[in-house]
Amino acid sequence: MLRASLRQVSAALKEGRVAPTELCQRCLALIKSTKFLNAYITVAEETAMKQAEESEERYKKGQPLGILDGIPIAVKDNFNTAGIETTCASNMLKGYISPYNATVVQKLLDQGAVLLGKTNLDEFAMGSGSTDGVFGPVRNPWSYSKQYKEKSGPKSHPEDEESNWVITGGSSGGSAAAVASFTCFAALGSDTGGSTRNPAAHCGVVGLKPTYGLISRHGLIPLVNSMDVPGILTRCVDDAAVLLGSLAGHDPKDSTTIQDDFMPFELHNLADVSKLSIGIPKEYHAPGLSSEMLALWSKAADLFKNAGAKVVEVSLPHTPYSIVCYHVLCTAEVASNMARFDGLEYGHRSDMKDSTESLYAATRREGFNDVVRGRILSGNYFLLKQNYEKYFVKAQKVRRLIANDFVKVFRSGVDILLTPTTLRDAAPYTEFIQEDNRTRSAQDDILTQAANMAGLPAISVPTALSERGLPVGLQFIGRSFQEKQLLTVAKWFEKQVQFPLIQLEEVKRHDSDVFQYQKSASFS
Amino acid sequence: LSISETFVGLEIHAQISSNSKLFSGSQVQFAAPPNSLVSFFDASLPGTLPVLNRRCVEAAVMTGLALNCSINKKSLFDRKHYFYADLPAGYQITQQRVPIAVNGSLSYSLCIDSKMSQMVTKTVRIKQIQLEQDSGKSLHDDTRSQTLVDLNRAGVGLMEVVMEPDMCCGEEAAAAVRELQLILQTLGSSQAVMAEGQLRVDANVSVHHPGEPYGVRTEVKNINSIRFLAKAIDYEIQRQIEELENGGTILNETRAFDSKLGCTVPMRDKEGKQDYRFMPEPNLPPLILYDAKSLPANMNHQQVINIDWIHERLPDLPSVKRKKLVEQYGILPEHSFTLLNEEGLAEFFESVVKQTQMKPKKVIGWILKDLLSYLKQHSLTVKESPVSSFVLADLLNLLEKKEISSTAAKQVLAELWKGEGKTPLEIVKEQKLELLQDQKELEQICQAVIDGHKNEVMAIKAGNPKVLNKLIGLVQKKTQGRSNPVLVKQLLEKKLSG
Repeated sequence: MLRASLRQVSAALKEGRVAPTELCQRCLALIKSTKFLNAYITVAEETAMKQAEESEERYKKGQPLGILDGIPIAVKDNFNTAGIETTCASNMLKGYISPYNATVVQKLLDQGAVLLGKTNLDEFAMGSGSTDGVFGPVRNPWSYSKQYKEKSGPKSHPEDEESNWVITGGSSGGSAAAVASFTCFAALGSDTGGSTRNPAAHCGVVGLKPTYGLISRHGLIPLVNSMDVPGILTRCVDDAAVLLGSLAGHDPKDSTTIQDDFMPFELHNLADVSKLSIGIPKEYHAPGLSSEMLALWSKAADLFKNAGAKVVEVSLPHTPYSIVCYHVLCTAEVASNMARFDGLEYGHRSDMKDSTESLYAATRREGFNDVVRGRILSGNYFLLKQNYEKYFVKAQKVRRLIANDFVKVFRSGVDILLTPTTLRDAAPYTEFIQEDNRTRSAQDDILTQAANMAGLPAISVPTALSERGLPVGLQFIGRSFQEKQLLTVAKWFEKQVQFPLIQLEEVKRHDSDVFQYQKSASFS
Repeated sequence: LSISETFVGLEIHAQISSNSKLFSGSQVQFAAPPNSLVSFFDASLPGTLPVLNRRCVEAAVMTGLALNCSINKKSLFDRKHYFYADLPAGYQITQQRVPIAVNGSLSYSLCIDSKMSQMVTKTVRIKQIQLEQDSGKSLHDDTRSQTLVDLNRAGVGLMEVVMEPDMCCGEEAAAAVRELQLILQTLGSSQAVMAEGQLRVDANVSVHHPGEPYGVRTEVKNINSIRFLAKAIDYEIQRQIEELENGGTILNETRAFDSKLGCTVPMRDKEGKQDYRFMPEPNLPPLILYDAKSLPANMNHQQVINIDWIHERLPDLPSVKRKKLVEQYGILPEHSFTLLNEEGLAEFFESVVKQTQMKPKKVIGWILKDLLSYLKQHSLTVKESPVSSFVLADLLNLLEKKEISSTAAKQVLAELWKGEGKTPLEIVKEQKLELLQDQKELEQICQAVIDGHKNEVMAIKAGNPKVLNKLIGLVQKKTQGRSNPVLVKQLLEKKLSG
C-alpha cells in the first residue's frame, strides 16, 4: 500500500481500510530500513505519530480535514519547520530550530498532513547531485532496484553495489528519493534552476515546478529570491495536482505572490490531443545530451504526433546564454542572501573573539562549504560598483531576452514545450564527483534553468528506463499560470508511457498485502 | 579672514511615526526593554520576507507633498550591503535607484538681528526623500571587550530627506531643520524629537574661493541637537578655512562632532571607501502609487495609495498657520514665528484671545514676554504651565476693565506662577491692588504732590515735560500703585496747565 498513489491511499483512509497511525508507522519503519539511502536528515517520529493520532481521531468522527488528512509527507530541509531542526544541510544551521513554519508547511499541517521529516539536499540547495551537504550524499533508490541490478550484469557483488550506486540528482535529492522509495506519498522540494525536476527525472517520480508567484516562498530559505519556487514531488501527475491545489494562492507574507484567487482543479482525462500544439525547442538538443535521451525525446514527439497533436520545431535562440546569465544572477543573490549568516542571532557562531569582524569571518568560513563560499565570492565580485553594469545589469537584460523567447513561442500558437529534463540517466556517484559542483551544475542545469529565468511552470514526468535500468524523464514547459493545461497534458503523457514501478526489496518487506494493487497502480 | 563661499547640505533621517515597522509587524516604541520588539524578519531569521507597511508609505507621500516634491508614481527598493553588528541581514533595504519623492523645496525664516524684529525667508532645495530601514543599536563595552546589540530599532521606518548644499552656515542649517521638524510634527509623519533619536542630522560642509573649483566636502555626524548642529557646522567651516589658509588640504572624510570640546574630529570607523554592492530588493515589487487620474476603476482601495487623496487631507503647514495668525490677529510675523516655535503656545494664545476682550495685539505681549520667559526660566513646556489660558484671560480682563494697573497685573501674575490655585481677583483683593476708583481722592493726592514739589512743577512749566513722570511716580507711590497712570497724568496736566 505504500506504493499506492496519494489519492488511492487517501480513499483508503476515508473508507477505513487503513488507519493513519498504521500508515505512519509503516512509513517510519521503511525510512529506518532504507536509512542507507540517506534521504532524511531528520525524522520527526514523535510529532508525526502525534499528527497521525489526531488524524485518526478526525477520521473516526467522520470529519477529516480533506484529501491530505493523515497523509505522510516529507519536506526538504530548507523549509522552516517550527520545533523541528532546519539545517539546509549546512554546518551553519546545524541544530537550528526555527520558531515558525513556512507557509507551505503550515498549509499542509492545517490540512492534516503528517510530517515525517526533513529531507537531505545539497548545502543551501546549491548543486545538482545532492552530494554536497554536510550530512553526506543521497543515494538514488534505483541503485538498489531489481531493474538496475539486472542491467549491471551478473558480476554485481555487494561491494560493487557499494561503489556502483547512482546519485539522485539535485538539489532536492532527498525528497525525490523519499517519494521514490515509498517512504512518503509526496514531498516538498525547491526549484531554482531545476532542483526539483532534475532529481525527479533521475528518481523516476513526478517533479513539478509551479509558476513563480503562485506558491508562497515565505519560510523557504532562499537561494535566488527572483527564481526560487517550492517544488512538488509525487508518484503521479494527479497527486501533483492535489498538492498544488492545497498550496497555491496569495500569501500576504510573500509580496511576490500574485493577488488573484487560485482555483484548485481536478485533472480530467484528455481524450483528444488534436487541438494541442507541442513545441520542440531545437536548442534543447544540448551538448552532452545522450543519444538515448535524444531517441526518447523523439519517440515522445512522435507519440503526440501519432495521436493527432500538432508537433512543431521551435527556437528559443537565447538558450545557450542562460547558464552564464544564471551564474551571474544566482551568485549575486546568494552573496546577498548569505550575508545574514554572521553567527550573532542564530546558527553556528565561531569561538573567535578578537573582534566582530574576525568573528564574522571565522563563523562564515566554518559554517559554509566551498560551494557556498565560492558563490558568495563570485556574487560579491559581480555586485561591485565597477562591475555592476557589466555583469549584473547585463545578465538581467539577457534574462529578459530569454523570457521573451518563450513569450514569442507561446504567442505563435504553441501550447506546451516538450524537452528532456536531464542530459542522461543518473551517473554513478564515483563518476559524478570527478568534476566540481560548479562544472556539474553548469552541465546539468542547462535543460531546466531557463524555465526559472522566465518564471514558467514546468514538470518532469518519468518516461522510461534507460539501458542501465535507470529512470529517465521528459519535461513539459507551459505558459504562466496555466498549470491546469500543463498537468492535463502531462497526465495524458504519463498514461501513454506507463512508466514501470520500482522493484525494491525493502519495500516488499514492509508492504503487507492488505491492499492489493496492479502493476501500474500509480496511474489511474 | 579671506572671503570664502560656504556650502552646507544636510542628510536628515526622520523616524516615521507608525505603530509597526517598515517591513514587519513588530511594534515601534522608544525605550522598550532591549530586544523586546523584534520580529522574525527584524532578526533576519532565514526564510522571512519583507512586507511593506502602508502607513510608512503614506507618511513619506505626505512629507514629500509638504516639501513640494514630485512624488514618483513608481519607486524601487534596493539592498545596501555592509557588515555590522546592528544590521542583522547584512544589508539595509533602502531606495537608491528611484526614491519615492524628488525635487522639492523647503522655505524657512531667519532673524536678521538678535531682537527678533526682522525676518528674512530663505529656501533650500530638497533633492529627494527615500524610505529605508533603521538599524539596531550597538553598545560597545570596552571593559569587557564585548558589544551589546539591541534590535528594537532594527527595521523601523525612516524617511531620509536630502537637502542640497544651498545653506551657508550653522544658523541657516539650524533654521531649516527646525522648520522641517515643525512640518513633520504638524503632518504627524514623524515626531521628530532629536533627543529620542527620531530626527538625526548629518551635515556636508565644503568651502572655496569664488572663482576657484568647488572644495572637497566633509561629512559631520554625531550631532544630537539643533543647537549643536549650528555649532558643529560653524566649527567645521572655520576649520576648513583655516586649513586651506595654512596651505593644507581638506580630506573627503567623515568627522564626528564632539559636543564637549565643541569641535569635529575624524571618525575611526570609516576606513577606506565602502562599496555597498547595491542590488535590487527581489522580494519587493516596485511601489506603485496612483492619483485620481491614474487610479483604475475596480481597484480595491485598501490595496492602493492615492496621492491626490492624501494631498486633499494635508493639514495647514506651519508657514500657512503663521500667515493665518498674522492675518487673523494682526500680530507681527516674528510673533507668529515664536508662537509656532513653542509647542502649544499658539493654541494657548488663541485660547486666551477667545476668553478676553483685550485686543490680540496686546495679548501677544503678555504671551511672548511674560508667559514665555517664565516658562523658559523654569524649563517648562506650555503644557506644564501653572497658569492656564483661562486664568491668564481672567487677569487680562481685569486689566482691560481698568480695575487694576498693568504694574499690578504683573504683580498678580508673579503670584499666580506659584500655582496655589488662587484666582486673579482673589490675589488682587489680598494684596489690595485695585485701582482707586474715587476721582476726588485721586485729585487730592495729585494736588498734594504738586504742592509738595515746587521745583519739579517749575521745571515742567519751564518746558521739561519729562519731569512729569516723576510726579506720576510719586502719585503712584502714595497710592501704593493703585492709581491708573494715564488718569494721573491727565489730572496732573490739567492742574498744571491751569
